[in-house]
Amino acid sequence: MRAAVRQGTSVAVATGLYGISFGALSVVAGVSVPQTMALSLLLFSGGSQFALIGVVAAGGSPLAAVATSTMLGVRNTLYGAVVSPLLGVRGWRRLAAAQLTIDESTAVAVGQRDPAATRAGFWTTGVGVFVLWNAFTLVGALAGDALGDPRAWGLDAAAGAAFLALVWPRLAERRAQLVAALAVAVSAALIPLVPAGVPVLAAAAVAIVVGLVSGPPRTAAATGGGTDGDTDGRRGRGAVDEDAEEGR
Amino acid sequence: MTTTVLWATVLVASLASFALKLAGHLIPEHWLAAGRVQRTSTLVTVALLVSLVVVQTFADGQAVVVDARVPALAVAALALALRAPFILVVVLAAATAAGLRALGWG
Repeated sequence: MRAAVRQGTSVAVATGLYGISFGALSVVAGVSVPQTMALSLLLFSGGSQFALIGVVAAGGSPLAAVATSTMLGVRNTLYGAVVSPLLGVRGWRRLAAAQLTIDESTAVAVGQRDPAATRAGFWTTGVGVFVLWNAFTLVGALAGDALGDPRAWGLDAAAGAAFLALVWPRLAERRAQLVAALAVAVSAALIPLVPAGVPVLAAAAVAIVVGLVSGPPRTAAATGGGTDGDTDGRRGRGAVDEDAEEGR
Repeated sequence: MTTTVLWATVLVASLASFALKLAGHLIPEHWLAAGRVQRTSTLVTVALLVSLVVVQTFADGQAVVVDARVPALAVAALALALRAPFILVVVLAAATAAGLRALGWG
């Protein structure tokens, strides 16, 4: 259990720190400091937050911003279903657990061996990331206001690097690589043709089609993850295991 | 976007995010047990993130351009291959783009 707390704390510090880059990118995208803080406090899901400000920065529509952010948040539903039976909480604690259900807290929780360590891992990571992510978002937002031209600091390139780092641990499986290649082709082809935000949604639509028409992975063991884990008793673990590396 | 529209965007997205998280905690487990649901969700996440990488690196409004962001992304990929931590990857990419622009390119 002490190991779970230690693990959760180190993940929280590493993840919290990149709140600086979110805060800075958000204000240079034209989102105010209070709005930036509202995103970190209320939306509280890194990928969705970066995606929302990305669409805003590119001049996309509010609908595209909400849709992109929300589709990226769908995986948190799966995480919730995985951790809920492990936590066994009711009432307001369940609402708190829901808000803290993100990549990092889920990964640390399912990585533990016994129930007490699982709970300790989830809450330490969830609360730790929440506090530090918000604190460093504020630091980044205030700094970003003072920076001037974001391009001179390479902040526009930092956003692409952040998304690459988020997707990197998810590319182990063959089918994920295929979808990634399709996403590159579809979005690059659509950028000149459609409004900002739409190429990203088109890429998601392609992934939905691939997911619905394809069967279970035949080479799951060979690709080193058993990542889809739809055999009994392993459900949900694969996707989370892949995320475990994130933020460390 | 006006301030009001942007606030609405922030709050609606936040509400949707919380609803998705809470749904996972409330719905019966077996609803999500179908392999196809999990596979599709995992793939959608990959597609969205990869597409965001492409857009953030190559789009300038509706034009496709190659500027200092491209070598910056290559540096980020190299850092990730060497298992660098997230914050270092982001800082190296920003420094690459900033450095190239200081030298007058991109």
